[in-house]
Amino acid sequence: MLTSIQSEQDVISIVESAVTRHGAKSESLVPILSEINQEFGYLPGEVLSEVSRVLNMPRSHLISVASFYHMLSTKPRGRHLIQFCESAPCHVMHGRQVWQILQDELGLEPGQTSADGKWTLVTSSCLGICGVGPVIIIDDDTYGNVTPERVPDILARYV
Amino acid sequence: MKPIRSLMLVSSDPESTRRGAQEVHRRLHREIKALDLDDEVAVSMIGDVGRHDALPMVIVYPEAVIYGPVTPEDVHFLVEEHLHKGRIAAGLQASDRELSGRIAWLSARRGTLPAEQRIVLARVGLIDPENIEDYVMYDGYQALGKALTTMSPADVINEIGKSGLKGRGGAGFPTGMKWRFVSQANGYPKYVICNADESEPGTFKDRLILEGDPHSIIEAMSITGYAVGASQGYIYIRGEYALAQDRLHKAISQARQLGFLGENLFGSGFNFDIHVHIGAGAYICGEETALIESIEGKRGEPRSRPPYPTTHGLWGKPSVVNNVETIANVPSIIRNGAAWYRHFGTSNSPGTKVYTILGNVNVTGLIEVPMGITLREVIAIYGKGMKNSASLKLAQTGGSSGSIIPASLQDTPMDFDSYARTGVSLGSGALLICDEDTCVVDLAKVLLNFFRRESCGKCTPCRVGTQRAHQILTAISEGIGTQRDLDDLQMLSDRLTEFSHCGLGQTSAVPIRDIFRHFRAEVDAHVQLKVCPAGACPMSGQWVSIHWAGKSGLSPM
Ligand SMILES: Cc1cc2nc3c(=O)[nH]c(=O)nc-3n(C[C@H](O)[C@H](O)[C@H](O)COP(=O)(O)O)c2cc1C
Ligand code: FES
Repeated sequence: MLTSIQSEQDVISIVESAVTRHGAKSESLVPILSEINQEFGYLPGEVLSEVSRVLNMPRSHLISVASFYHMLSTKPRGRHLIQFCESAPCHVMHGRQVWQILQDELGLEPGQTSADGKWTLVTSSCLGICGVGPVIIIDDDTYGNVTPERVPDILARYV
Repeated sequence: MKPIRSLMLVSSDPESTRRGAQEVHRRLHREIKALDLDDEVAVSMIGDVGRHDALPMVIVYPEAVIYGPVTPEDVHFLVEEHLHKGRIAAGLQASDRELSGRIAWLSARRGTLPAEQRIVLARVGLIDPENIEDYVMYDGYQALGKALTTMSPADVINEIGKSGLKGRGGAGFPTGMKWRFVSQANGYPKYVICNADESEPGTFKDRLILEGDPHSIIEAMSITGYAVGASQGYIYIRGEYALAQDRLHKAISQARQLGFLGENLFGSGFNFDIHVHIGAGAYICGEETALIESIEGKRGEPRSRPPYPTTHGLWGKPSVVNNVETIANVPSIIRNGAAWYRHFGTSNSPGTKVYTILGNVNVTGLIEVPMGITLREVIAIYGKGMKNSASLKLAQTGGSSGSIIPASLQDTPMDFDSYARTGVSLGSGALLICDEDTCVVDLAKVLLNFFRRESCGKCTPCRVGTQRAHQILTAISEGIGTQRDLDDLQMLSDRLTEFSHCGLGQTSAVPIRDIFRHFRAEVDAHVQLKVCPAGACPMSGQWVSIHWAGKSGLSPM
């Protein structure tokens, strides 16, 4: 379940706990951002400002780093993140048909979030579970050997 | 040749010989003759069977029962039970472990036994990875003890050098040489970095090693640290590998508790500890200098080389960067010696290689086999043949470091040298097996899509070149490619190889080069005849918009 920001106090305490866990060093920047991203599903602007203050790093540096890594997002994401693997091993196992049905079911283009804030659909490079392609990951759940027929059932598990 | 019923092999490495293997062999002959079975049973001495825990060993085929240690006094009972009464000679069997020697490999070539030869995966699936005691019971931390108490750092480097171990992260660089560079470099502290960023499409071997045997990596890194004079190690692990991260954290804290990590290891005065650094999703961070930038808290953009990490690595200090599979070999080499390791594989590429088998075969998965096995053998023995009895068209060796191998090269031994001679790269060991329904234009399009989205954008040839190449391949797959497009593609491929800053851009040209080299007619058919011979491309005759990977903020050209 993603946390949403209720007060300034939330922001301060979440940043503080991440910084305490990883240490206020430059090598901790990515781990800190990852932890916060996991908490909120993305990196809210006010949180970035707080990290910038605590670590004494320019905000522009944080944005430049955050925009580099696929697992970090500076834009809000839906309640559920769907990652579809588009690399060759999954593709050869007919990944394209799965992708087609995902897009049709959700009515989303890659990178888009649904209007009701439920889904964000993204494509991804190999997720390292290629033995069972095609692969999709929804939040922390991995689905392998996905067929177009299974897609509606899988989506129905999420509210 | 007359058919035989059984084949008995007696191990005859020096240790077996010392323990009376010759006499065992002699008595086997005598007992078999006494039972008048000498027409049906063949007995033979073989060399090293690759297992040294219960010597001498006697292996009986076709059942592949392994007995050991067998003394001359045991022989009568063994022959009586196994050959005469036809049952296992109770109490004589060697402990229940896989036979990992050359002999198992040879017999597999005759189709009698699966020939996996496990060195780095030896314990994976057999031990509880969350329990250090399991690891210790299976020879764990013995190599570290041996190195710290009986070998100098130079001895360790020499042993690894002699073993001929080469990097399994893609480039095949000799590991002993890399360690020597770091040990001789000026600057302190030095660092050991284990590259567990594994993001080559089709590759998940490092994940399985880390999930199944995390202590082997901790032990290997400590040995590396001792050899090069480093007391700090980093494991850079891919952000998506949650289970492996968890297992590593557990293993590290157990190792600290039992004194296998920390200060004054084995009373030698040597200190070593390991930090796990978790990535945040970026393929390029597997490139060693980008990886170092990323640990330092920056964007993972590759540095200019030279200087190399061996002299200017993490925080500008000398650093060893090794792939997970590479260093997973280290404890076995130290325990058993370089000569033992050289029993496996070929003389220029000793040891084993872990492959992932994917695509249109009946059985997909992970295998560890000696260097030098052929693609045909992999498909037939481990893949259990092509799915739906289709025929092989090509194999793709995965990610940025691989090649497209046409079926005509399927009998080339897969080792660094043989492949280099045919212009093929072994890459990270992913074998994506494709049948005749695969279209080379479609495949190249998917591969280029990978490169364009993973290009870090630092250098223009790669940032623009991969986008443009993908765009052209898309046009060709839609049936609107022109002759001019083909010329452009050729030119882009040359430029990418020549001018890209790092391996990502350089190897992004490989799929293009390979399809031109091996499948030119099929590519031409898309352009000149507007047909996709494999029937895979849309060929809609329409320009389709391509979604642009949002991360790098690029817009279409
Ligand atoms: C684009 C690119 C991606 C790479 N990805 C990885 C990787 O995921 N894992 C890895 O071990 N090596 C990777 N490498 C190779 C590393 O730069 C480096 O050569 C390797 O980690 C050295 O270890 P080794 O000598 O044990 O092979 C990559 C190289 C390039 C150019
Ligand atoms: S290729 Fe899809 S998970 Fe690896």
